[in-house]
Parts: sequence; C-alpha cells; structure tokens
Amino acid sequence: MYSIAVMGDKDSVAGFGALGLETRFVDEPAGCRKVFRQLASSGRYAVIYITEKAAAMIGDEIDKYNEAMLPAVIRIPGVSGNTGEGIMQVKRSVEKAVGSDIIFNN
Amino acid sequence: MAMTQVNPTRMELTRQKGKLVTAMRGHKLLKDKRDELMRQFLDLVRVNKQLREEVEEGIKAANRRFVLASAVMNDPALKTALLAPKQSVSVEVTDKNVMSVDIPVMEYKTGSPREGDIFSYGFAFTSGDLDDAVRALSDIFPKLLKLAECEKSCQLMADEIEKTRRRVNALEHVMIPEYRRQIKYITMKLDENERSTQIRLMKVKDMMIKENIEQKRAKMA
Repeated sequence: MYSIAVMGDKDSVAGFGALGLETRFVDEPAGCRKVFRQLASSGRYAVIYITEKAAAMIGDEIDKYNEAMLPAVIRIPGVSGNTGEGIMQVKRSVEKAVGSDIIFNN
Repeated sequence: MAMTQVNPTRMELTRQKGKLVTAMRGHKLLKDKRDELMRQFLDLVRVNKQLREEVEEGIKAANRRFVLASAVMNDPALKTALLAPKQSVSVEVTDKNVMSVDIPVMEYKTGSPREGDIFSYGFAFTSGDLDDAVRALSDIFPKLLKLAECEKSCQLMADEIEKTRRRVNALEHVMIPEYRRQIKYITMKLDENERSTQIRLMKVKDMMIKENIEQKRAKMA
C-alpha cells in the first residue's frame, strides 16, 4: 500500500492536501533536494507529483528514478503557470524510443 | 568487435556456424520485440499526451480558483481549512509485464467517511472559490493518477526500446557480419589446405613415378 506525495511551492500544492495527498512545501533548491531524496528513498510513495518549477531545480536527482518502477515522478504545472517541462518529458521519451519526435511535431 | 583471429579448424568452423545461427535467431526475436514494444509505446504515448493536456488544463483551472480563494481569505484561515483532510488516499500498485518490461498498474482507494465528501472545512468561514478549487482538483484526480501510471510506463518502455534497438543494431551490423567473416576465413583456409595437400600428393606421386621409370631404365640398360 503506497501513498502519494505532492511537492512544490505552497500556493501550488496546498489544494492537494484537501484530497488527502501528502504535501511538502519547498521553495529553495537545497531544501527541495533534501525533501525529494527523503520522499523518493522512503519507498512509501508510488507517485510524487512535483511542480515544474521545483523539478527544474533538481532535474538530475529526478532522472535517477527514471528507470525504477516506483516512484513515478510526475511534473505538474504550478500556480505561476505552465513552463512546458512536463510535456517536454513526454517528448523526450518519444525521442528516446523512436529516434525522432513523431508525436508532437504538429 | 575487434577482429579476432580464430584457428582455422573444422571444430572452430562448426562452433562459429552455431554462433551465427544463434545470433540470427536472437536478432529476429529482438527485432520482433522491438517492433511490438514500439507499437504499444506509440499507443500509450498518444494517451499520455492527451491525458497530460487534460490534466494541465484542469490544474490550471484549479489553481486559478485557488489564487482567488487565497486573495479573499487570509493565510492562516486558508491553512487551517486545508490542514486536516477528511479524505485519505492510498494506492495499490501491481505490475504488468509488457514484452519483458514491468510497468506499474495503480489503483487508488479513497478512505472518506462519505462518498464525495471532500471538503475538510466548514463553509462558514471560507470562500466559495476554495470549494471550487478543491472540487476542480478532486475532479481531475483520477486523471492525475492515470497520468502518473501512463507516463511512468512510457518512460520505462522508452528505456527498454532504446536498449533493444541497440542490441538489434549490434547483432545486425557487428556480430553477424563478424561471424560470417570468420566462417568465410575458415572455409577458405581449409579449402586452401586441402588444395595444398592434394598438390603435394600429386607431386609426390609424380616423383615416385619418375623414380620408378628411372629405375626401370637403369635395369634395361
């Protein structure tokens, strides 16, 4: 049985708390890295939603979990808007698999 | 693969032929695996794209509401309202094997006292916008989880496709030509040996005949 965590700046993730997801507020890179490591290595979380802004700070850390089945680290847009990083991630896996992007080129 | 020198013997030839057969069978299998993975991946990634667009749109709408709510309400009140959630969410994860890739299948359970009761606060001291924000998030939540499952699967499959493609290419362009080259080398060498043995025998025979003739001539004389 796993839980779901949401991390990011307070305004973006506070709402998820009402749904029963575990929220972690982070705003600077060092703290973000620490919290993420804690969440990802605990093995209690199946999914970690992270705001695109926070994800941009610790991209290398997130990439370490790309090949593991759990946790799934999913980027979501924050309150400050959509940076397109989430969709870029999908695009990247298409490029990795196919060799060139054939889904998003329109 | 570096050009490895092999002993030009029949035993080595048989061994190399066996390796070639195995390599070719492996190549065919891996190629089939790659094709099937690719087909499934493309289906999945289309779903992934669709889901992501929907989820991002939904979160954007919820965030807009949330910003409105936080503008109307003061910070401590907002914090208290969301402090103790009524609903708890847990996820059951099983794995599904797709062409030797383990992808997660997630099923979530919400433990809430009443179905659809997601508001963890009384309505008296909170803004209506907060209700809308929480409602919007809760509506998008099943899709959010589906997205997590789908996106993770895509990542894992992309990894596996890349690996498989490399293996197929290595077999096709390196291993198999190398085995062919070695088989050719050994066959040529063996043929050459055979010819040289034959020529030697012929020469020896010639010499023996010549000797015989000379002996007969000597006797006759």
